[in-house]
Amino acid sequence: MISATDLRLTFGKGTPLENPALRGMSLTVNQGEFVTVIGSNGAGKSTFLNALAGEVLVDSGQIIVDNLDVTKLPTHKRAGRVARVFQDPLAGTCEGLSIEENLALAIKRGQRRGLTSAVKKQYMEKFKDSLSSLNLGLEKRLGDKMGLLSGGQRQAVSLLMASLTPSSILLLDEHTAALDPKTAAFVLELTTKIIEEQKLTALMVTHSMKQALEVGSRTVMLHQGEVVFDIEGKDREGLEVKDLLGLFEKQRGLEVDDDSLLLG
Amino acid sequence: MLSNIALYGAIETGLIYGLVAFGIYLSFRVLDFPDLTVDGSFPLGAAVAAVLIIEGWNPWLATGCAVMAGMAAGAVTALLNVKLNILNLLASILTMIALYSVNLRIMGRPNVALLTEETVLTPWYDLDLAYHQVPVLLFIIVVFVALILLWRFMKSETGLAMRATGANARMARAQGIATGAMIVLGVAVSNGLVGLAGALFAQSQGAADVTMGVGVIVIGLASLIGGEAVVTPSTVVRALIACVVGAIIYRLAIAFALNADFLGLQAQDLNLITAVLVTLAIVLPGVRSSIAGKLSRSKA
Repeated sequence: MISATDLRLTFGKGTPLENPALRGMSLTVNQGEFVTVIGSNGAGKSTFLNALAGEVLVDSGQIIVDNLDVTKLPTHKRAGRVARVFQDPLAGTCEGLSIEENLALAIKRGQRRGLTSAVKKQYMEKFKDSLSSLNLGLEKRLGDKMGLLSGGQRQAVSLLMASLTPSSILLLDEHTAALDPKTAAFVLELTTKIIEEQKLTALMVTHSMKQALEVGSRTVMLHQGEVVFDIEGKDREGLEVKDLLGLFEKQRGLEVDDDSLLLG
Repeated sequence: MLSNIALYGAIETGLIYGLVAFGIYLSFRVLDFPDLTVDGSFPLGAAVAAVLIIEGWNPWLATGCAVMAGMAAGAVTALLNVKLNILNLLASILTMIALYSVNLRIMGRPNVALLTEETVLTPWYDLDLAYHQVPVLLFIIVVFVALILLWRFMKSETGLAMRATGANARMARAQGIATGAMIVLGVAVSNGLVGLAGALFAQSQGAADVTMGVGVIVIGLASLIGGEAVVTPSTVVRALIACVVGAIIYRLAIAFALNADFLGLQAQDLNLITAVLVTLAIVLPGVRSSIAGKLSRSKA
């Protein structure tokens, strides 16, 4: 279980560019839930994810991941519990390393690394099995450099890497946004498949309201660094984009002016 | 043409600079950390080894201490960067400048002669080899052992974590790698290798001098870049071999340039030649690919 309580974070405090990104953000995600997070630009979606991952430390509030208070821990000390796929398909993998080396890095996520050989024979079966589930033929290219793969392939491998070892939560940061529509659909399908098969707890940030309603079991909308609504179960069934907009306007008394939310 | 002695001399120095190139490969290539500390850690290794040998220490033990001293210097640079957030290049310049004073303190004077002392080379002169071949044999063994150890390390879990740190630090952190610790370890090992090179250089040349580090970084870079142009560094082991090949080619090129009377070059032109060689080594691969690009375009 992940619980974030009253997170507050202001960038550039005391400068003319002061920007409160999180203003009392609270959210609890239960074991096995797949939460989609939406919100317009500047709503604090990415900052919230970065705060959970440890890339930014919050000014106040508390983050608990499976009974461990991680609020003050840096990224690498949380990595055993928090897995992550980035928006940029090139960010989640190392292009200069081979596919098997990238997977070998991921299989030790959050564990001690010693002086024994990194790419071990006993991993090979697992690497090949998981790569062949992608149907991209990558299981035959274990020794190839990651840089030879396309963005979509690299994002698919990033997803595998994030799910290679168990985690308390999987963070997906608009991980299909930088891909072409066909590849994005493939990666999204793969995401739901992996999450269902491994019964992962996941938090997916998306720019598209449609996507947010189509996948997952719960949808949260952020606005100005806070949760404005949080729907799941029966309330969420059959909901459409226009209903979400209606909900948002009712909650805030505001018109949604971010076209990309409607178009996505 | 080169005399036999000049040829072996060039290979001997080339092998030592191969160790420097290993260090520079680690910092510049693996960690993407431009580290100029080497200009200070090279004479540091020489100074530590020379002073301890004069004190009567076993020369291998003295050389081991030189490695440790180099590692400490590297660790200081990395900690200035990681803990105090000083720009990596500046952090290394600070350590380099500080080491000039440290080296003078260690030696107590600007240079220490080792001509009559027992060095790591002494027992090897009993072998049935020409005088100028002995250092080449010993240094080939040292470079080979260093290459194998480095290669195994790069393939280990920790080594892979270090390579990921340099290639994509954000991803490395997300995989639970303490990137700061990796930078400290890597820059320390890098300068340990340079300290080793300095210690061996002092023992083969018969003296440690406080100014012997000037330009080591450029020679190391020249070796690295030149080697990469000759041996495509597509794998770790090829990249390491490229370091040694590049260093030897570089020394041979210098020796030829200085020996070719028709060029009219003299020893004082060394730094100028080095700068020209480095520039060529950086520019030529680009020129080659642009020519290849033009050729293939004109074909199409």
